[in-house]
Amino acid sequence: MTVRPPALVITAPGTNRDGEAAFALEQAGAVVEVVSVAALAEQPWRLQQARLVALAGGFSYGDALGSGRLFALEAGAALGDGLRQFVAAGRPVIGICNGFQMLIRAGLLVEPTAPLMLDHNQSGRFECRWVQLDVPASKCVWTHNLDEPLLAPVAHGEGCLRGDTAIIDSLERTGQVALRYAAAPGVAAKGEYPANPNGSHHDIAGICDASGLVLGLMPHPEDHVMTRQHPQRTRGATDGNCLRLFRNGVDHARDL
Amino acid sequence: MSAPTDAPPDHIVRIERRGPSPDDALLGMDLADLGYSTSGVRRSELVFLGGRFDQEGLDRVLQTLLREPLGVDLTVGPPPAMGDHVTVVEVARRAGVTDPAATELVRAAQRLGVAVDRAASGTRLELSDLRDNRGQRPSESAMADLCSRLLANPVVEQWALDEVKPGFVVGDDTAAAGHEVEVIELRTLDPDALELLNRQRSLALDTEELRVIQQWFTGEQRDPTDVELETLAQTWSEHCSHKTFRAHINTGDGLAVEPLLRQLQAATTTIAAPWVVSAFVGNAGIVELSPGNSVAVKVETHNHPSAVEPFGGANTGVGGVIRDVLAAPAQPIALVDVLCFGPLDTDPVTLPHGVLSPRRVAEGVVAGVADYGNKMGVPTVAGAVLFDPGFTANPLVFCGCVGRVHEGAGALTGPHRGDRVVVIGGATGRDGIRGATFSSMTMDATSGSVAGASVQIGDPIVEKLVTDALAELFNRPAPLCTALTDCGAGGLASAIGEMADGVGADIDLAHAPRKYRGLHPWEVWLSEAQERMVLSVDPGRVDEVLAICERHGVSAADLGSFTGDSRLVVRNGGDVVLDLPTAFLHHGRPPRHMTAEMVAPDRSLRSARVLPTDVGDVLMQLMAHPNIASKASTIHRYDYEVLGSTVVRPLTGAEHDGPSDGTVVARPLDHHGLAIGIGVNPWFGVHDPRRMAHSVVDEAIRNVVAAGADPDRVALLDNFSWGDPRRASTLGALVAAVQGCCEASVAHGAPFVSGKDSLNNEYLGADGTRHAIPPTLVITAVANVPDADLSITTDCKRAGNILLLVGDTRNELRGSHLDMVMGSDGGGEVPAADPLAPQRYRGIHAAICAGLVRAAHDCSEGGLAVTLAEMAIGGRLGIEAEISGDPVVSLFAESNGRLVLEVTPHDVDAIRALIPGPVQQIAVIVERQYVRIAVGPVVVERSIEQLRDAWQGR
Repeated sequence: MTVRPPALVITAPGTNRDGEAAFALEQAGAVVEVVSVAALAEQPWRLQQARLVALAGGFSYGDALGSGRLFALEAGAALGDGLRQFVAAGRPVIGICNGFQMLIRAGLLVEPTAPLMLDHNQSGRFECRWVQLDVPASKCVWTHNLDEPLLAPVAHGEGCLRGDTAIIDSLERTGQVALRYAAAPGVAAKGEYPANPNGSHHDIAGICDASGLVLGLMPHPEDHVMTRQHPQRTRGATDGNCLRLFRNGVDHARDL
Repeated sequence: MSAPTDAPPDHIVRIERRGPSPDDALLGMDLADLGYSTSGVRRSELVFLGGRFDQEGLDRVLQTLLREPLGVDLTVGPPPAMGDHVTVVEVARRAGVTDPAATELVRAAQRLGVAVDRAASGTRLELSDLRDNRGQRPSESAMADLCSRLLANPVVEQWALDEVKPGFVVGDDTAAAGHEVEVIELRTLDPDALELLNRQRSLALDTEELRVIQQWFTGEQRDPTDVELETLAQTWSEHCSHKTFRAHINTGDGLAVEPLLRQLQAATTTIAAPWVVSAFVGNAGIVELSPGNSVAVKVETHNHPSAVEPFGGANTGVGGVIRDVLAAPAQPIALVDVLCFGPLDTDPVTLPHGVLSPRRVAEGVVAGVADYGNKMGVPTVAGAVLFDPGFTANPLVFCGCVGRVHEGAGALTGPHRGDRVVVIGGATGRDGIRGATFSSMTMDATSGSVAGASVQIGDPIVEKLVTDALAELFNRPAPLCTALTDCGAGGLASAIGEMADGVGADIDLAHAPRKYRGLHPWEVWLSEAQERMVLSVDPGRVDEVLAICERHGVSAADLGSFTGDSRLVVRNGGDVVLDLPTAFLHHGRPPRHMTAEMVAPDRSLRSARVLPTDVGDVLMQLMAHPNIASKASTIHRYDYEVLGSTVVRPLTGAEHDGPSDGTVVARPLDHHGLAIGIGVNPWFGVHDPRRMAHSVVDEAIRNVVAAGADPDRVALLDNFSWGDPRRASTLGALVAAVQGCCEASVAHGAPFVSGKDSLNNEYLGADGTRHAIPPTLVITAVANVPDADLSITTDCKRAGNILLLVGDTRNELRGSHLDMVMGSDGGGEVPAADPLAPQRYRGIHAAICAGLVRAAHDCSEGGLAVTLAEMAIGGRLGIEAEISGDPVVSLFAESNGRLVLEVTPHDVDAIRALIPGPVQQIAVIVERQYVRIAVGPVVVERSIEQLRDAWQGR
C-alpha cells in the first residue's frame, strides 16, 4: 500500500482557498489537515508531524498593511523559525497566491531583506482569468519533470513580481524560476497583458527557494485538478491539468 | 480613550509609490468630467498613529508593518512646503467609519510590543496646476464643491485643503453607552405637528400609521421613548414590512386586487412542488434541488446606499445578502449581481444636482461588489449590467447569494422561552443609522447628507470569520443554536424584534459590544453596523457557542433572553428604554389602502422599419451596444473561480471570452450541479409590464436550460425595483408585472421561493423634476443540473455541425434593442409569452441529457443575429445561415422561448424527435472566420474579428 504522507494546510483569518488546496493535495495522495496559524501557535508540534505544508490563498487579515505581511508576522510569532527548519529537514512547502505573498514577506523564498516584492497588478485591478503556464527547467521539486504546460486561473490584485535586476537575474541563473506566464504553450507572454495578467518581470508566475523545496506561485493550480474544472471541457480539452504539480510535491514528501 | 476623537495624531506617515498609478489616470478622467485639468497628480497614503511609544517603537512599526522592499517612499512628520502651483487635498474617514487597515495596524503594533492605541488611514493628493475650463485656479468654494463631489465622499469621509485631522479608530471599548433617552410628547400633537415630527426624524411613516401609533400610546397613557418611536418606524418601513406588497389595492374602476405578496405565494402553492422546503418565510428561500441537497437562495437590492456611496453601498449589499443565506443557515457557494447604471458617457453637466456621474457610480459599485465577494471567497458567477438614462439618478444594485444548507438546519425550532439572545460578529457603531427608512424615501439633492451615517463600509474579513464560526455551529445534526437571523436593515431592533415575534425578549443594550462610547441607546439598537448575526441559544450551551466564536476570532455577547411573555423589553443598564408587545410591533400596522391605475399596454401596429443598405452595420451597432457588449472588464474583476466549483463560467469558449447564458457550479466530486440564470428587461417594462414579466421569467429559465438544467427543477426569485407606488399608474404597472410573474411561474411550473421589492426609486431634482426608473423586474432562476459533466456552453464547437433554431419568431419588436440602435420607437408589441416554451425546454433538456447538443445559446437582446455572432465569437468558428421570413423580424425580433442549438448532422433527426414545435435548420458551422446570414435578398456579413472588436469595444 502506498503511504499517504501527512500534509498541513495553514490558514490565517481571511484565507479562503484552503478547501481547494486540501482537496488537491488529497487527490494527489496526501492526508490533509487544515489548521489556522492561531491553532498552530498553541500546538506547534503539529508542524513537526507534517511532511508537507501548503499556505493557501485568500485575503489574510484583509490584506491590511500589504498582502501577506501580517500572515508572515503571525506565522513567525506562532512558529518562530519552525517553517525554516521544516524546509531544512527537506520537506516541501507550497505557497499559493496569498501564500506566495506570505512566503516572500517571511523570507522563505529569498533573503528577507532582498529587494523583491509582489506589487499591485499593472492594470491596477484585481484580475481573475485563466492563464497558460510554461514550466522552465528549474530546481523546483514541485514542477520537476512537468513536460506539458499548465493551465490555471489567477485571481489576485497584487501579483506583479518586481525586483531589482540583480535579484531577478540571479533567480534566472540559479534555476529558481519555476513557472512563467505564456501567450500559448511554449510562446512567451513577453509582458503582454492579459497573457501576463499582472506585469510580472520576465513573465514570472512562480519561483522556488535555493533548495527547490519551497514553491511560491500566483496562479491557482488547486482550482484545476480535475477535467470537470477545465475551462474548455465542453470543447473536448483535457490537457493542462495541474494535479501533476501536487503529485510531485506529495511524492517528494512520501519519500522522506 | 473615549468617543470618536479629533485629537491630533502623534505621528503622520506618508507612503508614496514611485511611478504613475492607474488611479491617477482615472482621477484625470474624473476631473475632466467636471471641467478641470491638472498637469500632474502625486498621491500618497497617510497613516496616522497615536499612543505612548518612543522613536524606537515608531521605527519598529515603520520597518515591520509599513516599509516595502522597493518602489515605495516612506516619510514621517509634517508634509514639506508645497509650491504655489500645487493644490493639496487630504482625505480621511469620518470618525466611526470602519477602517479595517487601521484596526489591524493597532493590533499588529501591539503584537510587536509597541503601544499604538489609535490609528487611522487617509490619502493625500497633490494636484499641480489645477485649472478650471476657463483656465482659472479654482476658488475655495469651487474646491469645496470638487472635494465633496469627487475627491472625497462626504458620507463617509472628511477632507481638508491642507492637513486633514483623522477620525481615529480607538481601541476596543465596551463601556456603557450614554443614558440619554428622550421621551417624545406624541399624544398632544395635532396632525400637522405629527407630520413635522415624521419629517424631522426621517420616520417615513404614513399619516394613518402615525395616527395608529399616537392612538396606541394614548391608550397606554404614556408617551413613547425615542427608542420606541424609531423602532416602530423601522419595523413598519416599506423596506422591512413590504407594505405595498401587503396592501389592499383597488383599481381605478373599483375592483379589488389580491395583495401582491399573496398572489406570488398562491402561484407557488398552485405549483405545489414537493422540493420547495421554504418559500417567502425567513431570510432566504430553501429548495431541495436534488435529493439530499438543499440550497438557500436570496437576492436583495441595495439601490439607495449605492447611489450616494457606490463602493460602500454595493459592498454592504453583497455582505447583507450573504448574511441572509448564512441565516438559513447555509454555507455560501455562489454570488450574483445585476447592476443598472446611467449611460457611462453621460455628460456630467446634465446631471441633476447631487447625482454622481454614472461612470463613477459604476466604478465604485463594481469595486464594492468585487471587494466583498472576492474577500469572502465566494465566487461571483452570474449577473448582468444594464444601461439606461433612467438609471442615472437612481442606479440599481441587485445582489444575490446561493448557499448549501447546513446539516443541522432542520433542527432549528426556536427561539424557545428561556433561550439566550446572543449577538456575534462586528461591534456596533454609529453607522447605518435609519437605513431602512432612508431606503423607503424618495431621494433628492440632500440625500447624501440626510443619509449621513446611513451608509456603511463593510469588513468582509469579519464576515468570513462569522461564516467559519457558523459552519462549526450548524454543520452537525444537533446544532448549537435554536434559531438565528442576520442584522440587516433596522439592526438589532429588526433582528431581535423579528425573532421575538410571539415569544418576547428582554435584553440589555449595555452588553452590546461598541466601537466607541457616547452612543445613544436608540443608536445602538438601530445601528446597521455590518457583519452581525443574532442567535438564540439554550442557556446550557451559551459557553460552548462563545468558545467557538472566540476560537474563530469572532466577538460574541449575551444580551438577554427570550422570555415567553410576548413583550419586547429593551434596557440600557438599569433603565427600560423600550417596552412594547410584539403583537403591536409586528401586527399593529394598519394595512395600506392603495389605488392602482391599470394602463392598457402599448400594443400598436408596427411601422415598417427601413434598414440601411448594409444590414451588417446594424448588427455591428447591436454588438457594440452597452447592454449587449461584452462584460469581460467587469467579470474579470470578480473571482469566479474560488471554491474550484465553477463548471460553466460567465465567460466561455476557445479564448475564454464568449458570453454564457446560465452558469453552473458543482463541487468536484458531486454528480449534480446548480445552474443560475438571470432575466431582466426594463425596456419591455416601459411598454408592457405584464409581458415584461412573462419575458424575463422565460429568459431566466431558458438561460439555465441552455446550460443543462432540468426545467422541472427551477426555483425563481423576484426582485422589483420600481418608482413611487403611491402614484396610481406606477402601482398599476407593478400590479401588471406581478400578475405576469404569477402566470409565467405557473406556466413553467417554476415556483417563486423568495423575493424583495425596492420601491420609491425616484430622485427629486432641485428644479422639481422627478426622475423615476423604468419598471425593473429581475428574475433569478436557480435550477438543478442532474449531471454536471453534461452541462454545456454557448460557443460553436466544430465546423460541419448544424445550427437549429427552436421556437417561434414573431413580429415583436417593441422595446427591442433594434429600436434602441435605430434611435426611435418603431411601435408594435412587446414579445408575448410562448405557451409551448415549457414543453420545448423539456425536450431540449432530454436532448442535452442524451449528449446530443454540442452548444446552446438563447435568443434575447438583439435577436437571432446577435445570438449567432456570439456563438461564432465564442468558438472562433464561422457561421453560414439562411433564414426565411421578414428580414427585420427574423434577424432582430426578441421573441421569447427561442434557442439556437449546435448538433452534428447525424443527430438532427434525433433532436427533432425530442423537441416539440418548430425546429428549423438555419445554419452550418464553417472554418472560415465570418458570420453570414442571408434572409431572402438581405445579407448580413462580417468577419469574426470585426464582430469581436465591436462587441469588446476595441
